[in-house]
Amino acid sequence: MAGEVVIEIQNISLAFGGVQALIDVSTKHMRGEIFAIIGPNGAGKTCLLNCISRFYNPQKGLVIYKGEDITRVSTHSIAKRGIARTFQNIELFKGMTVLDNIKLGRHSFLKSGIFSDIIYYGRTIREELKLRNEIEERIIDLLEIEAIRKQVVGTLPYGLQKRVELARALAMQPEVLLLDEPMAGMNLEETEDMARFILNVNSMWGVSIILVEHDMGVVMDISDRVCVLEFGRKIAEGSPRDIQGDPKVISAYLGQDQKTYSRL
Amino acid sequence: MQGELLFFMQFLLSGLSMGSIYALVALGFVLIYKSTSILNLAQGEILMVGAYICLSMTLDFGLNFFASFIITMVFSVILGLAIERLVLRPLIGEPIISVIMVTLGLTYILRGVVIMLWGNDIRQFNIFPEEPVDLWGVKLTYLYLWSMGISLLLLTGFAIFFKYARTGIFMRAVADHQTASQSMGISVKRVFAISWCIAAVVSSIGGILVGNIGGVGVSLSYIGLKVLPAVIFGGLDSILGAIIGGLIVGVLEFLTAGYLDPYVPALNEVFPFIVLVLVLMVRPYGLFGTEEIERV
Repeated sequence: MAGEVVIEIQNISLAFGGVQALIDVSTKHMRGEIFAIIGPNGAGKTCLLNCISRFYNPQKGLVIYKGEDITRVSTHSIAKRGIARTFQNIELFKGMTVLDNIKLGRHSFLKSGIFSDIIYYGRTIREELKLRNEIEERIIDLLEIEAIRKQVVGTLPYGLQKRVELARALAMQPEVLLLDEPMAGMNLEETEDMARFILNVNSMWGVSIILVEHDMGVVMDISDRVCVLEFGRKIAEGSPRDIQGDPKVISAYLGQDQKTYSRL
Repeated sequence: MQGELLFFMQFLLSGLSMGSIYALVALGFVLIYKSTSILNLAQGEILMVGAYICLSMTLDFGLNFFASFIITMVFSVILGLAIERLVLRPLIGEPIISVIMVTLGLTYILRGVVIMLWGNDIRQFNIFPEEPVDLWGVKLTYLYLWSMGISLLLLTGFAIFFKYARTGIFMRAVADHQTASQSMGISVKRVFAISWCIAAVVSSIGGILVGNIGGVGVSLSYIGLKVLPAVIFGGLDSILGAIIGGLIVGVLEFLTAGYLDPYVPALNEVFPFIVLVLVLMVRPYGLFGTEEIERV
């Protein structure tokens, strides 16, 4: 399982007008690992995720997914290739119920079209739907959201909405899951729950995870490898232990000549 | 039924059948607004073009009404796709107000083309029999009954489509959240195109129905202007609101014609809008519209 590169970022540069958001960033994401991208505010972490999920067009560089160049494919086709994501600010379909939100994840898998809607109920499709239902039930079980499945998402508290967003991404049965600050704004208990869910998804279903997160405690606990960005450049990459001791990383976070601090 | 009640029912039912046509056109407005957040001011002109095509097929080419109807539907789909692809897609990313102005420009183009092709005369379909049907004393023409029937059938059909069909669910998802939909593997462009197609088709059907009632002329396009307040009244982003708004405008129009026109002539053209303005003063986002809450 380990050793195979799933996503390879080659020399990505991204600019908005005169602002260089990413400068010549390269990195590799291995199958089955939890890979964290960290860095101070404005370092370009979310930009990097957005390049992978095709919301942004990098001016230079390539994004390779399982050997295929996906730098210029259409945004909606990313999901079909097996990459799902969650967002920094929750982006759920707020008017729909939890279950409807999760079920939307399944739809992109079936061949779609107005006419196939009308002649929807072939036998194979019905079987497929049954299988999907089972998967959705497993996701709901795993993330412990049985109790709220029929509720409208907009009415739920923030921590639960984050969980629903993760469930929706999982319903697409992704090979790679991009999580943009899954713990942002959560209290300690919610953070621990979320960390547990992420570890379970990774170990039980073998989903590779790329994670952007500010909570250093969580990042160091659950990640296999960490990549550090500062002002759009990659300044370090390695195991959490290496990163914690890296002087460049410490100075990025704490400024120079502050070696007495070891909070990282 | 006796006098007073009968009089009331007569205008109520006529109003409902006219209102159901308005509701159909209103659905077109809402669909486009919801998925693309563009207010399509050319809705009335699309309606007019649909009516003209159907009329031309029936009278000039001598096809039977049903065949002309089908041809009109096919044409509407093409028109909707063409407008989306040629006029609006290049404008993606431009300020919304410019895009709305472009749809305003579209109204003049479509009106001009219609006058070039078919001239300025008002022409009649004369397909449905003139004599009214007697429903417990209320007299309605076949045309009104058909209009109500077809509109209600379509509105129910679309309600089911949005609730259960996959494409309908995609459309709701895109209306709700575009980036999230994209990350779920939904093609937003495709949803836009489908919205325009459906909007063009329902408007054309509305045009054919109204054209049957009052004749086909360039003035048909003003239905668009009449439905627009109904849509805003119901809530620009609510399909249910559009339907109810359309029905209310129709009913108000006919009840005013029955009760107030003897005192103030032609008040029926204005009165529904007075009520709309009053409602909007209390609920600026419309009856069923989403209240915009901005968090700072």
